[in-house]
Amino acid sequence: MDITELTVHELMEKLHNKELTTTKITKAYVDRIKEKEPEVEAFVTSLTDEAQAKAEEIDKKIEAGEVVGELAGIPIGIKDNICTKGIKTTCSSRMLENFVSPYDATVTEKLNNENIISLGKLNMDEFAMGGSTETSYFKKTKNPWNLSKVPGGSSGGSAAAVAANMVPWALGSDTGGSIRQPASFCGVVGLKPTYGLVSRYGLVAFASSLDQIGPITKDVKDSAILLNIIAGHDEKDTTSVDMEKKDYVKALKNDVKGMKIAVPKEFFGEGINNEVKESLEKAIEKYKELGAEVEEISLDIAKYSLATYYIIACAEASSNLGRFDGIRYTYRTSEFKDLKEIYKKSRSEGFGAEVKRRIILGTYVLSSGYYDAYYKKAQQVRTLVTNEFNKAFEKYDVILTPTSPTTAFGIGEKSNNPLEMYLADICTVSVNIAGLPGISIPCGVDSNGMPIGMQLIGNKFCEETILNVAYTFEQATKFRENCKPEFKGGAK
Amino acid sequence: MQVSKEELLHIANLARLNIDENEVDNYLKNLEDILNFANIVNKANVEGLDITIGANEAKNIFRKDEIKMFEDNEALLQNAINPEQNMFKIPKVIN
Amino acid sequence: MSRDDYEVVIGLEVHAELSTKTKIFCSCPTKFGAKPNTQTCPICMAMPGTLPVLNEKVVEYAVKAGLATNCTISQDSKNDRKNYFYPDLPKAYQISQYDKPLCEHGYVEIETENGPKKIRILRIHIEEDAGKLNHDDFGGGSLVDLNRAGVPLIETVSEPDMRSTEEAEQYLRKLKSIFEYIEVSDCKMQEGSFRADVNVSVRKRGNSKLGTRTEMKNMNSFRSITRAIDYEVDRQIEVIENGGKVEQETLRWDDVSGKTFSMRDKEDAQDYRYFPEPDLVAIKLSDEYIENVKKSLPELPESRKARYLEEYKLSEKDANIITASKHLSDLFEEATRISGNSKAVNNWIISDISRILNEEEMEPSEIPFTAEELAKMVMLIDKGTISSSIGKKVLEELFENPKDPEEIIKEKGWIQISDEGAIKEIVLKVLEANPQSIADYKGGKDRALGFLVGQAMKETRGKANPQMLNKMFIEELKK
Repeated sequence: MDITELTVHELMEKLHNKELTTTKITKAYVDRIKEKEPEVEAFVTSLTDEAQAKAEEIDKKIEAGEVVGELAGIPIGIKDNICTKGIKTTCSSRMLENFVSPYDATVTEKLNNENIISLGKLNMDEFAMGGSTETSYFKKTKNPWNLSKVPGGSSGGSAAAVAANMVPWALGSDTGGSIRQPASFCGVVGLKPTYGLVSRYGLVAFASSLDQIGPITKDVKDSAILLNIIAGHDEKDTTSVDMEKKDYVKALKNDVKGMKIAVPKEFFGEGINNEVKESLEKAIEKYKELGAEVEEISLDIAKYSLATYYIIACAEASSNLGRFDGIRYTYRTSEFKDLKEIYKKSRSEGFGAEVKRRIILGTYVLSSGYYDAYYKKAQQVRTLVTNEFNKAFEKYDVILTPTSPTTAFGIGEKSNNPLEMYLADICTVSVNIAGLPGISIPCGVDSNGMPIGMQLIGNKFCEETILNVAYTFEQATKFRENCKPEFKGGAK
Repeated sequence: MQVSKEELLHIANLARLNIDENEVDNYLKNLEDILNFANIVNKANVEGLDITIGANEAKNIFRKDEIKMFEDNEALLQNAINPEQNMFKIPKVIN
Repeated sequence: MSRDDYEVVIGLEVHAELSTKTKIFCSCPTKFGAKPNTQTCPICMAMPGTLPVLNEKVVEYAVKAGLATNCTISQDSKNDRKNYFYPDLPKAYQISQYDKPLCEHGYVEIETENGPKKIRILRIHIEEDAGKLNHDDFGGGSLVDLNRAGVPLIETVSEPDMRSTEEAEQYLRKLKSIFEYIEVSDCKMQEGSFRADVNVSVRKRGNSKLGTRTEMKNMNSFRSITRAIDYEVDRQIEVIENGGKVEQETLRWDDVSGKTFSMRDKEDAQDYRYFPEPDLVAIKLSDEYIENVKKSLPELPESRKARYLEEYKLSEKDANIITASKHLSDLFEEATRISGNSKAVNNWIISDISRILNEEEMEPSEIPFTAEELAKMVMLIDKGTISSSIGKKVLEELFENPKDPEEIIKEKGWIQISDEGAIKEIVLKVLEANPQSIADYKGGKDRALGFLVGQAMKETRGKANPQMLNKMFIEELKK
């Protein structure tokens, strides 16, 4: 048995019937990281020693019969923009290269309370700005299916680590597709919850009104299990919603009969790769076989959403990233003659090109004379997008689209053309704009063996619906049993 | 959408970023491309629509006025460069 | 042309720190004077990933301030970010309110030579204070202390309705008094918890268009504010008279030289890029909420004044002085309640207490003794235990070293001599030493009696009962 091949629910079962110990599980992952990390480069900070010590501690507690929680001893990887007390949280930026957080994010606390063991902090696009993890200051993470390709982004480290079996599951964050798109590129499951379902306290803000933390997992059931842990109101985040706690695992009914699925034709038009389209069409047929009612609809919001997204996200980012100023805890330039030089040099040296580009754009759209034409207009378009989704959800339970117009592209292929890189987010951003939940699950591979992702979008706080629809497909198609990453290509 | 070099440098100054002379053209081109694309929002029919602020409709979420000290005050300055007298040190600023 | 040909136009933006226990967006205490950065947490230090949560008292206090200044309370309000870089602003944005302040369109009334005048209030909004920069005496740099970062403020913006330095001062005193009454701010100017940005312009009389204004920021004493306005008015008139143009700019008032100086770097044109704060949800106050706050408002100065005129028959002037400060007014009411002697309490406040406050340059809020202590002193005089001249000494002692007046007089040996035998002894002694006064008195000079009583008081260091002395001298002189 290869322990690292198992899903979390499988690991839990084996832990509970004493087939495995926490120490054994952790050891297996530590070995796997040793083997695969040099190729994949998913970690910014690896905590293998700490994890093993923690595992032994938990095993002792289990032996002593202490209550340690259902998930005690399960390892995890955490995206490096989620604060972890006493451990570096870098956002893959030179700006925070040595930053040690003085506090835990709310989700980190929740993981700690469950005695879940962190294996380390995972690479990402700098400050979550990008779709390929190439903007990381530290390293370029590779796609485990083909090492010459990007893992997607910005949660590329998280998706790659899960796909490469270096962690059983991971936390990512999603502002415009940053969980779903890398999940799609790496053939794993990525869920972006409804805005407000998971506390953002301790998630280093990129765009406050769009950011959400979510699970990246091997299968849908694990996604539901991790969502059970991280969801819920937090007094420290007033945008987190106070509502009754749900059990998302119970929602997995493996049945979509009578479920109404909408397929918006605009998401299958120009720019969408043919193989992706074909794979999605097969998935649609599968849903029909499974008893769902699938209808084509018109939802002409994709291009507006993308423009709106970049205006709002960059505007908020330009403000959110002001605190990285060389004064209190960030990188500070070595030579300066006055305060203004500390600011300008620290920020120019500490931020990478993409981050600076977005700060400039965001500052521009908020500046006097342009605010109305860009920011205010974008906020109105946001209302329009939300209204259009609302209309669709009056009739349908789920909206089905590709997650990304293409499969994973080559490292370096798009990094010189920002606009082209932005266009790759066309299928995912509208979900953030409207604050909806969306999940990406693998639905096939292209002719090069690269995974293709299907996105299922639900109405607000209807995670149960999309998880069940995703689960039913997964159970019917068994993607994981048929396709596995092969670590093809690559220089090493 | 035409952006002038002066405008770009003004924006960079507001954002406290340096743009080197040899980066100006590249920044201008990127910014113009993206703004041209972003102009789509001006084609959307948004007449009579309110702006969306944040992504949920919650209101009046307040905190009680009760003191809670942060438990690890020392950790707050652990990342500071050469703090003095428990304060962050910066070049002289005239108020 | 002379200064009289110009009209002065003044508008004020007043920042008052709210007297909440905790900061506006985190649970750190707001106490003044703590060791640097000990009243901080990841939130007010703007650590990455932290989020603000609005303190409910801040909203309540701002609504109180709005209601007490006749504002309309907005039922649809929100927070906005004001973006700029400064080392005392750790997030590089201040959470404030831009286009939807909590309170709008109010006024306060001030007294002028031509009768009462309404000064309109444009808005009151909530925002967070910045930290403090200290000089580093050794290294020559500056040091950032964030204890004050995130302390809640209300900013009250007036219309440019004031036409003289006196009106500006009156308005400030009135606003301060209201905030003290409703207990939303302690308004300690020397601690910066009540400070003003002053906008001044001048225009030729009869001109309806406003002149170009200059702004002086963060002024925190009445004296500096009035001096600065006077200086700035003169300066602007001089510029215009010399054919120049007043430039719109921010100035710094220097108390030592008594001049204003240009402050901001010209190349750094400000653009605050306000936008709605996405980390906070909307503030939508119900009628019921506003009604409840209204009900909780204490009695305001106008109403107290009317009551003092009616109930205690205070003079208009005395009632004005006492109600101008909540502390004086509370002192008056409480000391009157305990002693039952409103007239005496009034007299003490108007004369001796006001004099000492003036001499010591103290605010009424700094009075160190309690109303009970003042009342006890009044009662000791009423009972004849001490004379009113001893009372003055007791009052001075209360300012110096406040404690129970009874203890003070015991310790100091100031208890009035009311023993008939003892008084007689003193009277006889004084008469013996002053034969000329006896002759004068008998010769019809009544003034001589006063002199004798005075001598006896001197002899007893003020402790003798003056009424008894008077009576006994007359008896003896008649013999």
